[in-house]
Amino acid sequence: MTTTVNPPPPPSTEDGRRRPDAKQVAIWSAVSVFAAVCWGVIALVRDEQISALWLLGAALGSYAIGYRFYSKFIAHRVLGLDDTRATPAERLDNGVDFEPTDRRVLFGHHFAAIAGAGPLVGPVLAAQMGYLPGTIWIIVGVIVAGAVQDMVILFLSMRRDGKSLGQMARDEIGPVGGIAALVGVFAIMIILLAVLALVVVNAMAESPWATFSIAMTIPIALFMGFYLRVIRPGRVLETTAIGVALLLLALIAGGWIEGSALADTFTLSKEALVLCLVIYGFVASVLPVWMLLTPRDYLSTFMKIGTIMLLAFGMVLARPLLQNEAVTDFAINGDGPVFAGSLFPFVFITIACGALSGFHALIASGTTPKMIEKESQVRLIGYGGMLAESFVAVSAIIAASIIDPGLYYAMNAPAALMGDSVQSASEAVATLGFSISPDQLAAAAAAVEEETLVSRTGGAPTLAIGMSQIFSAAFGGGLQAFWYHFAIMFEALFILTTVDAGTRVGRFMLQDTLGNVYKPMRDVSWRPGVYATSAIVVGGWGYFLYVGVTDPLGGINQLFPLFGIANQLLAAIALTVATTLLIKHGKLKWAWVTGIPLAWDATVTLTASYQKVFSDDPKLGFFAQRARFSDALDSGEVLAPAADLDGMRQVVTNTTVDGILAAFFAILVIIVIGDAARVCLRSMRNPETVTTTESPYVRSTLVAPSGMLATKEEKYAMAAAGGDGHDHDQDHDQDHDQDHDHRERR
Amino acid sequence: MTAPAATLVSWFRGLRWYLREVTGESAYDRYVERERHQHPGEAVLDRRAFERRRQDLVGSQPQQRCC
Repeated sequence: MTTTVNPPPPPSTEDGRRRPDAKQVAIWSAVSVFAAVCWGVIALVRDEQISALWLLGAALGSYAIGYRFYSKFIAHRVLGLDDTRATPAERLDNGVDFEPTDRRVLFGHHFAAIAGAGPLVGPVLAAQMGYLPGTIWIIVGVIVAGAVQDMVILFLSMRRDGKSLGQMARDEIGPVGGIAALVGVFAIMIILLAVLALVVVNAMAESPWATFSIAMTIPIALFMGFYLRVIRPGRVLETTAIGVALLLLALIAGGWIEGSALADTFTLSKEALVLCLVIYGFVASVLPVWMLLTPRDYLSTFMKIGTIMLLAFGMVLARPLLQNEAVTDFAINGDGPVFAGSLFPFVFITIACGALSGFHALIASGTTPKMIEKESQVRLIGYGGMLAESFVAVSAIIAASIIDPGLYYAMNAPAALMGDSVQSASEAVATLGFSISPDQLAAAAAAVEEETLVSRTGGAPTLAIGMSQIFSAAFGGGLQAFWYHFAIMFEALFILTTVDAGTRVGRFMLQDTLGNVYKPMRDVSWRPGVYATSAIVVGGWGYFLYVGVTDPLGGINQLFPLFGIANQLLAAIALTVATTLLIKHGKLKWAWVTGIPLAWDATVTLTASYQKVFSDDPKLGFFAQRARFSDALDSGEVLAPAADLDGMRQVVTNTTVDGILAAFFAILVIIVIGDAARVCLRSMRNPETVTTTESPYVRSTLVAPSGMLATKEEKYAMAAAGGDGHDHDQDHDQDHDQDHDHRERR
Repeated sequence: MTAPAATLVSWFRGLRWYLREVTGESAYDRYVERERHQHPGEAVLDRRAFERRRQDLVGSQPQQRCC
């Protein structure tokens, strides 16, 4: 029916702007009013619990406005996305790593790669400041900083045939900045893996149900890998369906295990779990990916997206009230038990993923830019993908804020503070200014069939409690214990996937770097090299993981700020590369688009590092902490929370390592920013000498829509380009399967 | 077919198409089409061999997963 297609609406003006039409104005006015009302309720209602749906409404309304207006501005004015220019996927299409991929499919891949445990864990911890600071940062941060970073890095990498962030830093800033960026990326990855693994260990420790069901994911993944390799090659959907069924069975079986004689076998201490994880991480990273990593990835992606959709749906059905305070006293006095430090800068450190996450720059300069079909799709995938992650973070802060604050603190304060009984925990919570009775604590644990919930730090158990409350309120049936373990498994599953993939990526990076010194190292099939580099990477995160579980001061409490600082410093490196490139491309007047987020991020992160290194407060500063414990050690004293002199020595070693790392990360970033400033100044003074590595213009012959749904003009253009032109506009509003084979050449 | 049924079928086909694409299940079909187009008359890999090659390639370029 191509012949009956209406002619397209009047063409856009030169700069991509169109005359406003009344319907659009009405719709966007309504969206703005809706968002403003939601924000108004959140800001103005005090002394009364408000529904969590106001937070969701404020988030969705703000995202819509940010996407519609700000990302469009960035797309057209700042970056100058050009659909007449062929993307690397089109120019270098080899059907392997470069391949034009449908925008909706690529959105799915990109989202699955950026969203993991980060946006779930950070907001849960940040809930100790109240729900308001975290929520504002997640929403405002993503619109002006996080999504901008992802979109701009994706664009820059796409214009350079998919170069990595490290390569771009080296090529465009210089060897010093480049090497600092590369070292930064590696160090940050090690800390990230350790902290994520710590979250899993804390969720599985002393819980036979969780340990059994998570352990079962290994044989399930092995079976799926074998099935896909040997029995039914390539039948991913059917394999994943079998895998998910087995996974749910393992989850139910975990409940039986808990009440059986096998319970002791699966009741493991944290130290034992660390050993298991380290061995697992090593084996997984040297095995071929088809055996474990790929099938596990299918499972975890499926579970991740399914559970997030279920959670959003559950929140709307359950309409829970927020129990948390809007802003707690800890936000101001900085004495919170979950992590030390006051609102500025620590909310912005604790919530990285979901608002601004440097790690995304590695994904946005990885496989995604090699698969993007049209330049304009950078907006949907880069900016839109990050908005979706931000939504996950908002859901997490809601889940943590609907549970009773007394329970929240009993679960998230370190064991040293809470003691080991429900009585001691109840008393400790009272000293924090909240209340929960020993009976209530015991009942909360019994409701999810766990031995205890006291000091179950790391964020995952708290999130699981929140989710189980939402799900059992939304879907009924008194299945709280099932939902709790479902949530734990869902988080553990994709954290372990990140650990597998991260270890392997770290190994490749290390092999590549060491290959400069000793050639055979670079050969990824040279076994001694593979084993040695895997062992180094696993040893790196394994060390921090072990330190984290044995630290008398509480591992999450000590390591999470370090992880946040590392992630945000990576963001500073990414934003520096972005700002430098805008300036080098002669877009100085738009440099504020990444420059302001950079200034904010650098201020926050360097302040946090400064406090972590130089603060006199032993709760906050690593070296002040070290001095306090080493002075006591010299006089043979044992300070709480350490139990003995060994514990004292441990604290001294750990605080030294942590303090040095915090300083090291900060110095790396100062080097990168300093080196970049030099490059920027030079290119502002002598614009004619500027060279960049942008690939030359080649005219595109592909036709594809920009946004999630094809517009009328785009359908018209595709129909005009398509030789087959079959039924493109048959069912006007459902464009699901009608343009899936639109990659026709003109 | 009535209109709602047609819509339902169209939604289902869309979902199936999306899942096949996003999981890479359709990669082989695309490969065969591509080979037929570019090298007509030449033999193509069978599915087993193709999927092996694809899996081994993924192994040599692991994709980073974020936090």
